[in-house]
Amino acid sequence: MQIKKFLKTRHLMLCSFLFITACIENAPLDSLSPAGPYARTIDDLFWLTFWIAVVIFFIVQGALLFSVFYFKDSPDKPEPKQIHGNNFLEILWTIIPVIILASIAVPTVRTIFDLAREPEDALKIEVIGHQWWFEYKYPDFEITTANVLVIPEDTPIRLEMWSNDVLHNYWVPKLNGKRYLVPGQKTYLNLHADNAEEFWAQCGEYCGLSHSKMRGRVLSLSQSDFDSWVMNQQKNAANDLDQNSLAYEGQQVYLNAGCTQCHVIDGVWDVQGEQIAPNLTHFGIRNVFAGAALKNNPENLTKWLANPAQIKPGTFMPNLELTEREIEALIEYLGTLK
Amino acid sequence: MTKIIEPKKQRNIFSRPSSETGIWSWITTVDHKRIGIMYGYAAFFFLLVGGLEALLLRIQLSQPDNNFLSAAEYNAMFTMHGTTMIFLAIMPISAAFFNYLLPLQIGARDVAFPRLNALSFWIFIAGGLFLYSTFLFGTAGAPEGGYLDEEVSRLASAPNGGWFGYQPNAGLKYSPGTAMDYWAIGLQILGIASLVSAFNFITTILNMRTKGMRLMRMPVFTWMTFAVSFLLAFSLPIIAIALFFVTFDRQFGTTFFLTEGGGDPVLWQHLFWLFGHPEVYILILPAFGIVSEVLPTFSRKPLFGYPAIVFAGFGIAFIGFGVWAHHMFASAISPVAQAGFGLSTMIIAVPTGVKIFNWLGTIWGGKLTLNTPMLFALGFIGMFVIGGLSGVTHSVVPADTQQTDTYYIVAHFHYVLFGGALFGIFSGLYFWFPKVWGRMYNETMGKIHFWLMLIGFNVTFGPMHWLGLQGQVRRTWVYAEETNLGFWNLIVTIGAFILAVAILVFMANWIYSRRKGEKAPFDPWDARTIEWSIPSPTPVWNFSKAPEIKSLDDFWHQKYGEDEDGRAVRREGTDELLLKLEEEGLNPDEEIHLPSPSYFPLILAFGLPFLGYAIIYKSVPLALVGVILLLIGGFGWGTEPLEEEFETSEENPDAKESSTYE
Repeated sequence: MQIKKFLKTRHLMLCSFLFITACIENAPLDSLSPAGPYARTIDDLFWLTFWIAVVIFFIVQGALLFSVFYFKDSPDKPEPKQIHGNNFLEILWTIIPVIILASIAVPTVRTIFDLAREPEDALKIEVIGHQWWFEYKYPDFEITTANVLVIPEDTPIRLEMWSNDVLHNYWVPKLNGKRYLVPGQKTYLNLHADNAEEFWAQCGEYCGLSHSKMRGRVLSLSQSDFDSWVMNQQKNAANDLDQNSLAYEGQQVYLNAGCTQCHVIDGVWDVQGEQIAPNLTHFGIRNVFAGAALKNNPENLTKWLANPAQIKPGTFMPNLELTEREIEALIEYLGTLK
Repeated sequence: MTKIIEPKKQRNIFSRPSSETGIWSWITTVDHKRIGIMYGYAAFFFLLVGGLEALLLRIQLSQPDNNFLSAAEYNAMFTMHGTTMIFLAIMPISAAFFNYLLPLQIGARDVAFPRLNALSFWIFIAGGLFLYSTFLFGTAGAPEGGYLDEEVSRLASAPNGGWFGYQPNAGLKYSPGTAMDYWAIGLQILGIASLVSAFNFITTILNMRTKGMRLMRMPVFTWMTFAVSFLLAFSLPIIAIALFFVTFDRQFGTTFFLTEGGGDPVLWQHLFWLFGHPEVYILILPAFGIVSEVLPTFSRKPLFGYPAIVFAGFGIAFIGFGVWAHHMFASAISPVAQAGFGLSTMIIAVPTGVKIFNWLGTIWGGKLTLNTPMLFALGFIGMFVIGGLSGVTHSVVPADTQQTDTYYIVAHFHYVLFGGALFGIFSGLYFWFPKVWGRMYNETMGKIHFWLMLIGFNVTFGPMHWLGLQGQVRRTWVYAEETNLGFWNLIVTIGAFILAVAILVFMANWIYSRRKGEKAPFDPWDARTIEWSIPSPTPVWNFSKAPEIKSLDDFWHQKYGEDEDGRAVRREGTDELLLKLEEEGLNPDEEIHLPSPSYFPLILAFGLPFLGYAIIYKSVPLALVGVILLLIGGFGWGTEPLEEEFETSEENPDAKESSTYE
């Protein structure tokens, strides 16, 4: 318990005596602020290794600096003794590191297998990587969504992941380590969030032009909020808009300007085109879009719809040369997709 | 008057070139010292280019959501920075040291195959130029079906798939255009250069050692050259095959790494890192060798635990082939593989630790001269320890899944390859400067260089540790302001510019000291190994007569004995011995036959880029040019007279000057 308590003060310790208040406050991708059991196991292991490394660091650098100052040449210094080596020391500094490493190796191996095990009663969610956004499918609920992964709090989640194109790497630093998304095979990652909270996600592996804008959010909700979210997601989009409204005009733009080639809105246009783009059925309740690179607000949507490639170089969304009026209408319509 | 043998001038087309000064004497040289110097300058040039690319990256990242570079330019710059620094800067600078020093340290007149040595150098140049010609001719763009808002600039027309070229992103569908072909074929050509020199050095070490130079009397630098040569010989064929697969996938529609054709992108990761990890040791072991020479010299003590350091070096080289998947802990590998490679990665820390402790044992109780090479060697230990310790945190697999692909990794390997390899290289550049040029470098400027570099280095790469742990992902062109990573990124960028200033100080010192430096005595450091027993700068013939070695650190033991306390005592008559050595070194009393220069390595080497262009542009004429150059090179090589008819001429008294490289 003493050690636990000691480790609890680690951030303070770290900041004060090593990095001199170097730690960044409120970093949404901070891997040192675990918010669930998986991330916490990793964090504990990291700090164990870290403190061992700190001790070795001070011993070695101390010996180095001591030698430099103490054995520095001075005029009256005699010639040194010609020592060629010492077998006892050689054995000593081979065996001691082995023992230290073994003490790290045991918890490491145990944790590897703990993290890989499929948790019981886990909620299964599929994660599919695309250049440059994450798609999520909930096979139990027949839901397809994008960019924002919604999970219930304090529940183990089992992600089954693959990629539709190149290698991607799914990372929610506060919930677990990274795992690649590979075309042609499946990989798995467990998540578990303690509380209802919003987390940031980021693609870790370089995946082409807009790799840096392949981001995400993980929204953990209380069980009741999650249940109502699921209920809502299972509904189709409304198809009975007032024909004189701006939203209806926007729906017509969606249907006629070319959006339907890639984007599906359940209940309005169900035919998936060849190029898969985010399902827009409940676009209005997602707080981010475009691979979570932009906050979902009219200003950003205007920029995006006017020229997607300017925001995300290499994007598969063409510039449809929409007029200002069309963009305005489309944004109005997208806002109704709750 | 000394007799020097010069080949007769012949009018035959296969006659060997005979200029001894001027540009042609350099282009046709097969002298290991000249080749080493050319390797050094070419590699330093590429180091500057790679550094410039890094500065562009740092300007882009100095603030969040910056748009100094476009995404395409940024991706090309980080790809070229990594590729350049590894294949065109650090590896060839190490080759410069191998070339210049290896024969001197084992008491030989040249390497085993002098023309092959010239071939390695010219293939390296040809490969480097080929790779960099992508900025002139290469094309790149959005993946098939994707859109770009702007024209692809020349800066963005370089390879952009990362130095690791992960498939399928680096494949034709996702990286269209020719830039990635320049990368794949360029590396293929550079690999040939390294393979050729690896075999040359192995043969040289095994066969060309002077009398009494038993293996366990070889200097540690020579041992490390030996280890690196084996690493090259065993690891380069792997990347060669993998690069052929990539080229086939891109050019001829095969699907080695493409899922849609039954290939496997993870296979590329395995092949790449099976080469890529030994490559890390290819980059760092030469620096291990250099500091193992510098530390004993300036501590006035023998290297502590010489056999342990040698065996640890080979232990690292051997285990280095068994840790590759630690680059893939987050990839599609099973928990069993994660555990196995985690453990092997921990094991490799043990011989590395043995080396560090032995270096500390070397300086412990010594009499330390803190001049520039020694400062760099000590800085090397300090910085490398940090890189080594952060390396151990990667072997803790679960922790690594948080760290991998973040700036924490960038920090780690720069502490190893910059704080380690490059600090070691700078130590060596200062240490052997007097031997190569016959002049002393400027000590004050050297020390300014060291301190600027130590500070700049830590300001640049230190903060990357917590930037990575707190969420900055690698290879990202922009980061959001909300990540709160802006402040430390700005600091890192400032550090990068301090480093740039440090490099400028180094260059100024070099240029000044080459011309105006004090004349160097041949043994300015009271050194230990036999390259210091010959005049500075090294005469063309290296040793006027083959030295006979009686012990490890032979030259030291000629000068020093030990008293009853085991302290070093200068032998009587050492001053006379040194005078005699210098006199003898400059005036060989036997006829020395040195290998004759040749054009053919150059011709052969420059056939390869033409074959590269021929593959990229599917051009038969270019292929023919390449094949013809290869044939001329090979045929001429085989048929040029090995032994010229020699005529003996009386040496001009000024030949002492002309035999050095001014």
